[in-house]
Amino acid sequence: MFNYEKYLRMQRFPHIWCTGCGIGVVLKALLRAIDSLKLSKDEVVMISGIGCSSRATGYVDFNTLHTTHGRAIAFATGVKMAKPKMTVIVVSGDGDATAIGGNHYIHAARRNIDMTVILFNNHIYGMTGGQYSPTTPQGRFASTAPYGNLEAPFNTSGLAEAAGASFVARTTAYHIAQMERFMKQGIQKKGFSLIEVRTPCPVAYGRRNRLGSPVDMFKALKEGSLTKAQAEKMKPEELEGKIITGVLVDVDKPEYIEEYDKLIERVGKAVSG
Amino acid sequence: MANPKGRKVRMMQGNEACAEGALRAGLKFFAGYPITPSSEIAEYLALKLPERGGKFIQMEDEIAAMAAILGASLMGAKSMTATSGPGFSLKQENLGYAAIAEIPCVVVNVQRGGPSTGLPTQAAQGDLMQARWGTHGDHPAIVLSASGVLETFTQTVRAFNLSERFRTPVILLLDEIVAHLNEKVVLPEEEEIEVLNRRRPTVPPEEYLPYAAPEDGVPPMANFGEGYRYHVTGLMHDETGFPTTVPEKVDRALRRINSKVDNHVEEIIEVNRFELEDARVAVVAYGATARSAKRAVTDARKKDLKVGLLRPLVLWPFPKEEILALAKDVSHIIVPELNLGQFAHEVEWAVCGKTEVVKLNRVDGEPIRPAQILEVMEKVS
Repeated sequence: MFNYEKYLRMQRFPHIWCTGCGIGVVLKALLRAIDSLKLSKDEVVMISGIGCSSRATGYVDFNTLHTTHGRAIAFATGVKMAKPKMTVIVVSGDGDATAIGGNHYIHAARRNIDMTVILFNNHIYGMTGGQYSPTTPQGRFASTAPYGNLEAPFNTSGLAEAAGASFVARTTAYHIAQMERFMKQGIQKKGFSLIEVRTPCPVAYGRRNRLGSPVDMFKALKEGSLTKAQAEKMKPEELEGKIITGVLVDVDKPEYIEEYDKLIERVGKAVSG
Repeated sequence: MANPKGRKVRMMQGNEACAEGALRAGLKFFAGYPITPSSEIAEYLALKLPERGGKFIQMEDEIAAMAAILGASLMGAKSMTATSGPGFSLKQENLGYAAIAEIPCVVVNVQRGGPSTGLPTQAAQGDLMQARWGTHGDHPAIVLSASGVLETFTQTVRAFNLSERFRTPVILLLDEIVAHLNEKVVLPEEEEIEVLNRRRPTVPPEEYLPYAAPEDGVPPMANFGEGYRYHVTGLMHDETGFPTTVPEKVDRALRRINSKVDNHVEEIIEVNRFELEDARVAVVAYGATARSAKRAVTDARKKDLKVGLLRPLVLWPFPKEEILALAKDVSHIIVPELNLGQFAHEVEWAVCGKTEVVKLNRVDGEPIRPAQILEVMEKVS
């Protein structure tokens, strides 16, 4: 039995998340991944923005920074640059990371700065009461889409890939072993890593869209998922609405802070002559 | 070239002096975004910071630059960003975060004409109120001003020192004229510059309460990554750093962060007095406008007009007592400003009818000239 209490601030419980929410499952996978890497709690900085998943930083016993809406990655950039030895992990939701924080998301990926972003993608703004987000599928209902959502959703993993991330993986809250493995790989990867986790919000999203109980929503994640290898054999129309899981990007390329440290060395030498 | 003491005399621009002052105060991290008329600060630091082992980054936007400096400051790196009016507006939310999370940092706003894109390359002093009240909620504010190149250097150092002393963001409110002014300066030697650093915890990590303050209201600050694992949030929090909605705790926390400035007004405020001993008419001016005012006082004295200048170096907290004391001695206080009377509004409130406040305002991008101020002096003398 994994000892989660080693990493939790037990005095902060009970947590704020609703019954049936996937955030706890994802957070547990993240704690197991961190544990498997034998990281010191003092060397981990966990940073979040605003939203349900962003509340995770309050419950975990690391150096934790709960920032403003959308800005976790921008804060994380300063954190990592000032103390590169720290392991920087950002936890953020779909609205936080890809709507209000979309600019920071793509630019951190472009710079390939060494941090791991765990994107809790539940297709909705949960904390504020179920408004549609940039990942709400077309036609779905939300408190601000009472006639169905007109907007096309982001492919958030594709966005990180196109922007230049070193490591991109997609999984779901159902796939707990895979999720933990991807998180571990992402943290180990030098550069910008994105782990997109599709996770259920039964209260603010599921109920309004008649997606059944939390168990039904977890089952839907299982049944709606395909591996990357399976997906490659299928036609685009067959992939409609499916979740393609797997490591989507894993490349080695120069990491921003390592490059900056080289610059400091080069400039320092020139100055001291 | 050397002055009699053998010190190096340099031609320096205001923005450059700001960047140099930051380096001397211990700047380790700068995040910025290009904006006129502040860009030279970023350009200078992009060049100089890596020479000293520090880091510079040009972020994707103004909001990100403000966020990044807060992240870096939490790790123990003295941090700064620089901007102008439109960028300053964008930074306001995270400026409030810095105030409530009590993260030291320096934010330079080289003012230009506004609102909106306004007059990007011309002078204005229209952000005085934004510097005080721009972010939402009740929060402390320390805002410094400078009227010359050397003073921009010393005020930047002071901005860092106040920020470290009180664990709060400090705003250096410059203007385009001073920022782009080139003057001959002799910078102080390294050992002549007083550099303050934030108070560190003296208790072991298990006893550390990140927001428990001693009597002066300023809690010791641990760097992330040094064994003091704690939580930082923009939610209202208690001494532990964790969110709370308990009314008594919320009230105590918000009053304490404001008290850091309110209870140390005398320590923070600084004014410069010129020819005020026997003055019957006073000018109150700051930034570039104070340069014209000083010239006007000198010219007026040649005409035997008993006038003097009070020049606040700290704009917020507002030097209420100093202005009130002045009001008792003079018949008129002239307040020239490159806005429609923002500082004058505060002066009127402070003097409480004890003397007449005369506004002199320009919002056309041009500086107020000494002759304009002299004309008003003659009219009221």
